[in-house]
Amino acid sequence: MTTETTDAELTIWRDGRFQADEWTRAAEDEAVADGPAILPLERFLAERDALVSRNAPLGVSVEPNEAIEELAPHLDRVALVTLNFPKYSDGRSSSSARLLRERYGYVGEIRAVGDVLIDQMPLMRRCGFDSFAVTNPVTRKQLAEGQWPDVPFYYQPTGSTQQAEVPAGTRPWARKPS
Amino acid sequence: MYRYDEFDHGFVAARVDQFRDQVARRLTGELTEDQFKPLRLMNGVYLQLHAYMLRIAIPYGTLSSKQLRMLGHIARTYDRGYGHFTTRQNLQFNWPALKDIPAVLDDLAKVEMHALQTSGNCIRNVTTDHFAGAAADEITDPRPYAEILRQWSSIHPEFSFLPRKFKIAVTGAPKDRAAIQVHDIGLELKRGPDGGIGFAVYVGGGQGRTPMIAHKVRDYLAEEDLLAYVEAIMRVYNLHGRRDNKYKARIKILVHETGAEEITRQIEAEFVEVRKTELLRLPDSEIERITAYFAPPVLAEKPARSSAFEAAKADSAAFADFATYNVTPHKAAGYGVVTISLKPIGGIPGDATDVQMEAIADLADAYSQGEIRVSHEQNLVLPHVALDDMPALYAKLAEHGLATGNAGLVTDIIACPGLDYCALANARSIPLAQDLSNRFGSPERQKEIGELKIKISGCINACGHHHVGHIGLLGVDRRGEEVYQITLGGSGDETASVGTLVGPGFKTEEVVDAVETVVDTYLKLREGPDEPFLAAVRRLGQQPFKEALYGTA
Repeated sequence: MTTETTDAELTIWRDGRFQADEWTRAAEDEAVADGPAILPLERFLAERDALVSRNAPLGVSVEPNEAIEELAPHLDRVALVTLNFPKYSDGRSSSSARLLRERYGYVGEIRAVGDVLIDQMPLMRRCGFDSFAVTNPVTRKQLAEGQWPDVPFYYQPTGSTQQAEVPAGTRPWARKPS
Repeated sequence: MYRYDEFDHGFVAARVDQFRDQVARRLTGELTEDQFKPLRLMNGVYLQLHAYMLRIAIPYGTLSSKQLRMLGHIARTYDRGYGHFTTRQNLQFNWPALKDIPAVLDDLAKVEMHALQTSGNCIRNVTTDHFAGAAADEITDPRPYAEILRQWSSIHPEFSFLPRKFKIAVTGAPKDRAAIQVHDIGLELKRGPDGGIGFAVYVGGGQGRTPMIAHKVRDYLAEEDLLAYVEAIMRVYNLHGRRDNKYKARIKILVHETGAEEITRQIEAEFVEVRKTELLRLPDSEIERITAYFAPPVLAEKPARSSAFEAAKADSAAFADFATYNVTPHKAAGYGVVTISLKPIGGIPGDATDVQMEAIADLADAYSQGEIRVSHEQNLVLPHVALDDMPALYAKLAEHGLATGNAGLVTDIIACPGLDYCALANARSIPLAQDLSNRFGSPERQKEIGELKIKISGCINACGHHHVGHIGLLGVDRRGEEVYQITLGGSGDETASVGTLVGPGFKTEEVVDAVETVVDTYLKLREGPDEPFLAAVRRLGQQPFKEALYGTA
C-alpha cells in the first residue's frame, strides 16, 4: 500500500522543487533509528566510534554558536549537515557553510533549517547551502510560484561549488551565475 | 571619479527591479509592514516619525555635478525641495511617498547611484577624507580602496546579516579627517618598509551608547591583502559578535570583551586561512585600473600666489574670513580646496535646497572639474578651485546663501535630525544648533573663539557624533523633559578621544547659556589665541569648567 504524500510533507526545497524529508532527527537520549538519521553535533562527536558500524547515512545538526571546526575532521562520514538560522537575521550559519565548503572541502548536503525566508535563500545558496527546510507559508508560496530573488551580479568570489559562478569582466572578484 | 561599467549597471538595475516589485506588493497589501520592513531597509527606506525617509548612498562622499543635479531634481520632484546631508557622507530625503521610491531609484541609477546598504546590519557606505585626492598632506588617494571595498561589500552573501551595522573609514593622510578611530574598521594608508602602499588597520572604534577608540590590530598590511584581511575581520565578527543585545552587538564590544590581543590573534589566524585561497588577493593591475578612475584632474599650471585672491582678501573682510576658514591648501600650487558651509547662521545643519544643489553643481562645472564632496561634518566641498577663481566663486556662493565663512568654527555645528524627524530621538537637535549658531554667529566672536567643534545628538545613539565633539551635547529625556548633557574634550581626528561628561544636564532654556559659559571660561583661561579649545581642555581638565557651570561645591 502506498502512502499519499501531501504538499505539507514536502518540506525540503532542493534542486528547484519541494521534496520529502528522508531524514529523521534522533532525540537526546533515544537510540538512533534505522535509515538516514541526524544527530546533534555534541552527540555525534561523543558517539562517533560506535556509529561507524551503522549502514545508513549520518547527518549532523550544528547550531550557530557551535564551532564548525570540530566537525571538520569527521566530514568524510557525514552525508548531511544542517545549519540552523534561529532568526533570518542571524547570519552565523552562513559563515559556517562557507567554511564547510571552501575551507574543509565538504561536498555533501548542507541544509538550512530554522527561520528560512526567500529573500535570504539566494545568498545562502552562494554560501554553499543546497537544500532548505522551508516552513514559512509565504516563502513556500513564492518558491512554488517560481520566485528566486537573486541579483545575478556578484561582487564576491565565494568559491562555493553549489552555485556555479563564472568570472565577469576584469575584476577578479566579480562573478555571474554560469 | 569611478564610472560604472555594464556589470555595475546591471547590478543596480536588477536590484531596483526587485525592489519595485516588493513595493508594489506592499502597496497592494500582499506584504504586511512587518514582512516589508527588512526588504525596505535593505534599500535604504526607513519609516520615521512622520513619513518614510530615503537614505541615498554617496560612496566615500564623492559626487559629480551630474549626480548633484539629479539629487536637486529628486528633491524638487519627489520631496519638499530640500535634502539633508548626513554625518555618514550620505543624503537623506525626509518626505518621499513610498509609491514614488522606485522612480527615485530609477533616477538615481541613471547617474550611477543607489540607496543600497544605507541601513540594515551590513557593511555600510565606506567613508573617507572629504579632501581625498586634493589635500596637500595626503600620502595617496584613499578612494580607490574605498571603491574596491564598496564593490566587494555589495550584497555580500555571508556578511549581510551581521550582529549589527558595520562602518569602515579610510584615510590617505596622517591628519585624519575621516575619524577612522571611531569606526568599526579604520584604515590608514601608509608607506611600508619596502616603499609599497599598505594600511595600518584599526578595529573596534565606535560611538553610540558605549563610545570606544579603536585598537590598532595591524601596523602594516600590504594593499594586495586588503580584502582578505577585511574578510577575516568580518568573519570573526559575524561568528562571535554578540547577538543577544543590540546595544552590545557592535564589534567594539566584541573587541572589548575578548581583549585586543586575543581578537588580534583570531583575526590574524583567520587571515592566514583566507589568504591561502588567493581568491581575494588584489592584483596590482586591478588596483591600478580602479585608481585610474581617480586620476588627479589636469589643472592648468598656476603660480603659487594669486594676485586676484590676495586683492580680494585685502578688499573684503568677509572674503578674507572665507579664505582663512573655508579654503584649504591643495596639492597643486595656485589651487585651493573650498568648503561650502551648509551651516548658515541660524540655519539647519546639512540641509540644502534643490536650487542650492543645482547652483553648486553649476559652480563645480565652472570652477572645480565637475566634482563635489560631502564631508562627514555635513558640508559640501569643491576640491579643485584655482585661487584666481575664488572671488568669483565666492560671489556666486553668496547669491545662494552658501558663502558662510565658518568652516571649523563654533557655528560649524554637526547635528543629527533629532526629535523633529527621528523616531529614536529623546530631544530636538536642530533647534538647539540654530540657537547656538545665533548666539555665537557674529564674525568677530567666532574668530576670537577659533577652532571649536560642537556636535549634537538627540539621543544616545550618537548620530550627531557628540562623543567626539570638542563640546558634545547629548539630548536625553528626564521625566518627560528634554535635557542636554555636556561633554568636553572629545575629538575624532588622529588624536581621537571620547569627551567627558562635565556634570548634570541642562534644560532647553539653559543649555545655550551653559555652552556660552564653557566658551567664556576657555577664553579666560587659554594661554593665548594660539591655544585652541581642545588643547586648552586637555591641559586644564574638567575642573574649571565644572566650577564655572555649577559653582564651587
